[in-house]
Amino acid sequence: MSSVLAGLLQLVALIGALALVHIPFGTYMARVYSSEKHLRVEKWIYKGIGADPDAQMRWPAYLRGVLAFSAVSVLFLYLLQRLQGILPGSLGFDPVDPAQSFNTAVSFVTNTNWQSYYGEQTMGHVVQTAGLAVQNFVSAAVGMAVAVALVRGFARSRTGDLGNFWADLVRGTLRILVPVAAVAAVILVACGVIQNFSGIHEVGQFMGGSQQWNGGAVASQEAIKELGTNGGGYFNANSAHPFENPTPFTNLFEIFLILLVPFSLTRTFGVMVGSVRQGYAILAAMATIWLGFTALMMWTEFAHHGPALQAAGGAMEGKETRFGVGGSSIFAVATTLTSTGAVDSFHSSFTGLGGGITLLGMQLGEIAPGGTGSGLYGMLIMAVIAVFIAGLMVGRTPEYLGRKIGTREMKLAACYILITPALVLVLTAASVALPTPPHSMLNPGAHGFSEVLYAFTSASNNNGSAFAGLNANTDWFNTTTGLAMLLGRFLPMVFVLALAGSLAGQRPVPATAGTLRTEKPLFTGLLVGAILIVTGLTYFPALALGPLAEGLAS
Amino acid sequence: MNNSVTNTARLLGAGLRALLVLTLVTGVLYPLAVTGIAQGLFGDKANGSEVKADGRVVGSSLIGQSYDLPPKKGQETPEPDLKWFQGRPANGLGTNSLNTRYELLLSGATNLAADNKDLVQQVEEAKAAVVEDNSVPGHTVRPSDVPADAVTSSGSGLDPDISPRYAELQVPRVAERNHLSVARVRKLVDGHTEGRTLGFIGEPRVDVLGLNIALRELVAGS
Repeated sequence: MSSVLAGLLQLVALIGALALVHIPFGTYMARVYSSEKHLRVEKWIYKGIGADPDAQMRWPAYLRGVLAFSAVSVLFLYLLQRLQGILPGSLGFDPVDPAQSFNTAVSFVTNTNWQSYYGEQTMGHVVQTAGLAVQNFVSAAVGMAVAVALVRGFARSRTGDLGNFWADLVRGTLRILVPVAAVAAVILVACGVIQNFSGIHEVGQFMGGSQQWNGGAVASQEAIKELGTNGGGYFNANSAHPFENPTPFTNLFEIFLILLVPFSLTRTFGVMVGSVRQGYAILAAMATIWLGFTALMMWTEFAHHGPALQAAGGAMEGKETRFGVGGSSIFAVATTLTSTGAVDSFHSSFTGLGGGITLLGMQLGEIAPGGTGSGLYGMLIMAVIAVFIAGLMVGRTPEYLGRKIGTREMKLAACYILITPALVLVLTAASVALPTPPHSMLNPGAHGFSEVLYAFTSASNNNGSAFAGLNANTDWFNTTTGLAMLLGRFLPMVFVLALAGSLAGQRPVPATAGTLRTEKPLFTGLLVGAILIVTGLTYFPALALGPLAEGLAS
Repeated sequence: MNNSVTNTARLLGAGLRALLVLTLVTGVLYPLAVTGIAQGLFGDKANGSEVKADGRVVGSSLIGQSYDLPPKKGQETPEPDLKWFQGRPANGLGTNSLNTRYELLLSGATNLAADNKDLVQQVEEAKAAVVEDNSVPGHTVRPSDVPADAVTSSGSGLDPDISPRYAELQVPRVAERNHLSVARVRKLVDGHTEGRTLGFIGEPRVDVLGLNIALRELVAGS
């Protein structure tokens, strides 16, 4: 069997698995967020928090909950790193310095998991397990909570109530993420991912002498790292490291975990708004983009254009033998079209166009299928834009799911889609124009520019992967990427929740013969087109200077 | 004003308590439970899949190693010990990224771009070395025979595997250096070649450590 065919079959297997699982899992998630009952353990937790889980919140209150929880999380994670020297289980590592601690704290709380540090040389057991891994869970749960609040905005009418943030946070963590992650972690260990608390120790080698190993709760973190679309590796090599991703099967399984929640949430959306076909339309738009990007990536990586790859006879630089070009390409697209940012191969050494595809994937706003929660709300914002464009074409007030998309709604949606491009382009331009930041580039020419563009694209979209040649551990990059992550995460959430509040307060408009049918393929096509056009127009000049220049030259 | 300060403080307090409770669940109970199950059911794997030979641990079946001669004085990069099968090249070293020297605490890739001149040079030098090292009397390796994994660095710098093509290419050399017949060494490689999982997942591969352990046994027995 050829490698290309094997790659395609892996893609087919992935589609099959997701198609099978997303319906029951998505329906289950809808039930979790709609249920009136609280588990006993949840009641204890609410008592501990001091919150009434049945109190309905309007959008400002919901947002305050999100912001308060996230602010406390940043501070807690910052202090944990700064105090590493006196914590038990620190493996003798020093406290992390302030700029890097800030960057890392923000990075994990915003679901970005951008890493300017080397995991195996910087973070001890306590910071990894009680700090970073915890944020892998709760940052994902926060994203899902905000998405569910927006869905409630569409599902409810004549009320401003969007649910209770604390209940959504706790349920998302306890009933969805923890059980799935636990099962996934055990499967990963069964395949060879390590899970222990041993320190750095010497192990013998074949030729004599020894190599240094460090242990860690890797499988438990790996599972939620993929499931919560986080992406922060236990080790520097991330999912390329054999202790994180030991076999071809674990590679495919990790890709499945990355895509599981984002795709399934379309079902949750469909169930909660009372029309699963609306969910299918959104799912179809996500799947179209995902499959298109994966096909393009496989094509360019198997063709291996670029002088070094031509000389080598294949695009294997930065890729592991066991995954090969096919498995690595599928992973790279899945990780950049979601907000994951885990890597099983190094994007910087991909073909010029392959690197461009990973960049463009993030620049779409990570909505196909996107991050846990953030993918769904990002896609629903694009759906609002798409019905607006359709409305302009026929001269009708746009509607979506029985809600009028008026001036206020459009302003909020427009603000949402403008934030990340503004952050990416302004910060990239500043970094290239200033005298010292360009010193961080590893590669010369167009690729060096791509490294910087990639860094801010990844940070602002909360992805976290990198063209890792860039030395991002400088005060400039630690600070600016930290700000980009914060603003790129929380400003969009403000607009999403405001939009949700505005929609929930409306009186539904009955569908008429003139209403655009948003559950039909026509709408899916329009949505995909709107996404590609909006993103393409925004980023084309920047992409032309980086990956396109590199890709077309070779 | 006073009221809003109290409200903010109350909200932050709720946030902190929520974080602490969830840290207990996801940062303490969850990893401990997974560790307990992992150590109970899959102890070997949870501890790094150690491989023993002659009663001594010689590494992990998942982590690549280098098979080099002891470095001579003043030599920066040691030369490969051509008696043994060699893994993927370990000389790729980005200036500001971590390297591929098979050191477990230094995982990472070169991150060099496909059009980077340094990478082109590394690949060409690696290819020349592979051709030279593996050409034995009566068997000349052509540059076009060299597969990509033989001349490129992996993502982790710890890749335990090589492609079956690269293993096959090393057979005549290894046979000659160990005074074994080519057929016997080839049979060894075939026995250590793992196909795609279920026939389509991943790529066929040869675990270099396992192969070298078997080779050592074969040499000792002959």
